[in-house]
Amino acid sequence: MRTAPFLFYQGTQRRLWRFHGGIHVPDEKALSNQRPVEAAPLPRELVLPLQQHIGGMARPCVQVGDRVLAGQRIAEPSGYISAPIHASSSGTVVAIEVRPVPHPSGLAAPCIVIETDGEDAWVERLPPLIDYRHSDPAVVLERIRACGIVGLGGASFPTGVKLNPGPDQPITTLIINAVECEPYITCDDLLMRTRADTVIEGVRIIQHLLGAEQCLIGVEDNKPEAIAALRQALADSDLAATEVVPIPTLYPSGGERQLIKILTGEEVPSGGIPAQIGVVCQNVSTTAAVAEAVLAGRPLVSRLITVTGRAVGEPRNLEVRLGTPAHTLIEHCGGYAEEPAKLLCGGPMMGFALESDRVPMTKAANCLLALAPAEVSDPAPPLACIRCGRCAEVCPANLLPQQMYWHARAKDLDKVQDYNLFDCIECGCCAHVCPSHIPLVQYYRFAKTASWTRDKEKHEAERARARYAARQARHERQEAERKAKLRQKAEAVADKPGDAGQGADKQAAIAAARERAAAKKARAAASGDGSAQRREPDGGPNADASQSAAPRVAETLAQD
Amino acid sequence: MPGTVISSPHSARPNRVDRIMLQVLVALLPGIGAMVWYFGWGVLINVLLAILVAVTAEAAVVKLRARAALPVIRDLSAVVTAVLFAVAIPPTLPWWLTVIGVLFAIVIVKQLYGGLGYNPFNPAMAGYVFLLISYPVAMTSWLPPQVIAEHPLTFIDSLRMIFLGAPPPGLAWDAVTMATPLDAMRTALEENQAIDAIRQSPLWGDYGGRGWEWVGIWFLVGGLFLLARRVITWQIPVSVLAGLAAIAAAYWLLDPQTHPSPLFHLLSGGTLLCAFFIATDPVTAPTTRRGQLVFGATIGVLVYVIRSWGGYPDAIAFAVLLMNIAAPSIEQLTQPRVFGHQRISR
Repeated sequence: MRTAPFLFYQGTQRRLWRFHGGIHVPDEKALSNQRPVEAAPLPRELVLPLQQHIGGMARPCVQVGDRVLAGQRIAEPSGYISAPIHASSSGTVVAIEVRPVPHPSGLAAPCIVIETDGEDAWVERLPPLIDYRHSDPAVVLERIRACGIVGLGGASFPTGVKLNPGPDQPITTLIINAVECEPYITCDDLLMRTRADTVIEGVRIIQHLLGAEQCLIGVEDNKPEAIAALRQALADSDLAATEVVPIPTLYPSGGERQLIKILTGEEVPSGGIPAQIGVVCQNVSTTAAVAEAVLAGRPLVSRLITVTGRAVGEPRNLEVRLGTPAHTLIEHCGGYAEEPAKLLCGGPMMGFALESDRVPMTKAANCLLALAPAEVSDPAPPLACIRCGRCAEVCPANLLPQQMYWHARAKDLDKVQDYNLFDCIECGCCAHVCPSHIPLVQYYRFAKTASWTRDKEKHEAERARARYAARQARHERQEAERKAKLRQKAEAVADKPGDAGQGADKQAAIAAARERAAAKKARAAASGDGSAQRREPDGGPNADASQSAAPRVAETLAQD
Repeated sequence: MPGTVISSPHSARPNRVDRIMLQVLVALLPGIGAMVWYFGWGVLINVLLAILVAVTAEAAVVKLRARAALPVIRDLSAVVTAVLFAVAIPPTLPWWLTVIGVLFAIVIVKQLYGGLGYNPFNPAMAGYVFLLISYPVAMTSWLPPQVIAEHPLTFIDSLRMIFLGAPPPGLAWDAVTMATPLDAMRTALEENQAIDAIRQSPLWGDYGGRGWEWVGIWFLVGGLFLLARRVITWQIPVSVLAGLAAIAAAYWLLDPQTHPSPLFHLLSGGTLLCAFFIATDPVTAPTTRRGQLVFGATIGVLVYVIRSWGGYPDAIAFAVLLMNIAAPSIEQLTQPRVFGHQRISR
């Protein structure tokens, strides 16, 4: 599905493609990328949510009171699409309970709480798989899974699953997403500047696992130091068929589908995944985490987090142990410079607001953003849509946001789906440019959720209807059978009028049949309430007995 | 900690409705200035009167609808409607007609449909057509450009004509008013005069009517400002002008003595005002890019058709209103290909 190339970009020799729309937003990266990375202090208490990834919630494998070491597995994955959780420092498990977590819903979720002992003692690490190129890929994948690696770009999909697309989907291109197009966030930038060689090692491992012919590392051109560092590390390595590709700064170039389009000109089919067109996309931080898991046996217990915004004293990047409460990071970065208008987890375009800074940082958290009042959207109520079409102009999916808004507002879910609601990536471009300040993305999220709920209800209603129809059919069939037999019996009786000699036999046969029926009834009663209460479609054991009696009577009569 | 949790994006919004409307008003200034220069103070009086009535009417209706009036007034959309209406009507139209037209535009066409963003028809043009059909004589009595007028009107004369309905002392109505160049051209052509002969009159400038062509060019300047400020996009203006020019050129090439040149059509009447300020009203136009091209080009063709063979001298308002009706269907049929889809889903 190639479309006309638009872009011949000066920054690279490579031909690039352009996706529709996108916006230029002030990137605000200089706020936080000027200071060196620091390790966040060890908090007194670590709170590790069991759900830090897409898929099944991890199951705790420690108990309250257990002493745990850093890197020790404290929760097991529950299924293929799931990930384990590791203790991020040593200490004692003091609680396994529901705590507030950073989630758009603002709801609380089950967490393992560790009171740290300050020693930060490590469990014995898994052996390095230095010679991974000669190991079974399954072993390497299992290592990645065992180390709890998930996508660190925000979606947190288990990496082991993503790197195992299966034999029927050959992968030709590995794309490393180092775009970091969200304003304010610089953790990937700093990671590339300081650990470029780890990134390149990660690329090598992933490329080996996928058997990809080429690897493209896409970086927005507002990160020249990162580009230089990666190129240097690449030159120092013997990695072939890998290229660092600077791309023009345009939000949301870091969207997986958008980046694939920019670098390859291909569009991932609607509703499909990149592997269908031979591409796998990995975030650059995830790539580095893979390298550490494979080459150093290090589980995912910490990550780089950007603490920034004009309401923060000294914005910077921190190496944060997972489970560290947000407020300790703010305190480490000079506290609040002013009362923040909003505290976000993630960037301003796609992040979500936190109700409190007393929530732990998770694998998915790449940024803690405290925005000053001047940096946030005007809280005034939105005006009416004037159909100016700016939203459609900037939509990277080439949707018609104003139409979707119109129908979502009317709760016309069919109509809004006709306008391809489910191709919306919720990047926020439409709402950003809207002159009426309508929270468009919120409407689309509502419409999506309502559609899912409705589909589920519809599905269930469909099943109930089918069950009911089957029950009706069965009843009708049984009724018809019963009538047929009665008719047979009546005919048999009519055929032999006044045959007194055999009347006694007949009476005896009927009596015998009744006896058998009574016995069966008694047996049924004796076998307990269970069978009687089982909702037999034909009305329980009594019906059984009378029905079984009737054929016998007929048989007896027929023998005469 | 802040209690308002609202979904992303959280970024400060760069655009605002009132700023868009304000830029439209600024862009209208050169054209209004030219109109005042050529047609006297009546234009300005009409603009101010229309604004006053529009804002008052909008506030009153919004109050009746039990909503806060100030945010609605502040979006400036009523002012834009008023100004567009005022530059479309004759400069000496009696005040009560202006009031009726504006009230119709704001109360019936805009607010009864739900206010800004919900009106299917362009309010200014609907108000104009309402008056044109109801009061055709008053609505077609224009002034000659003051540079060639035998009796140029003073500010007091304009006030008297508008508010008292009285011509300047010692003069009859006919002595001060005149048909528009489009009207004159049409009447002359119906009398089977050749265009070369028609254009002998001092009413004509280089391409269109004298004065009118400059008014058009100053509206064009304002329109280019809107394009540069990205308040409007090129699709509608270019397609309106191209549609009109194409059909006019075809007939003109066929017989230049009975069909005015494309430039005459582009520089006469409200063509440029329409292309940049009226057809581009986002509420009543399609939002898809291809739809805008269809919409604009059809307006251009309709303008020519109605001007040449219709019952009224100018055709902007009719063409725009007709295409307002078609806008939703055009939009439906011109949806872009969504990312990751093979072709248009419908």
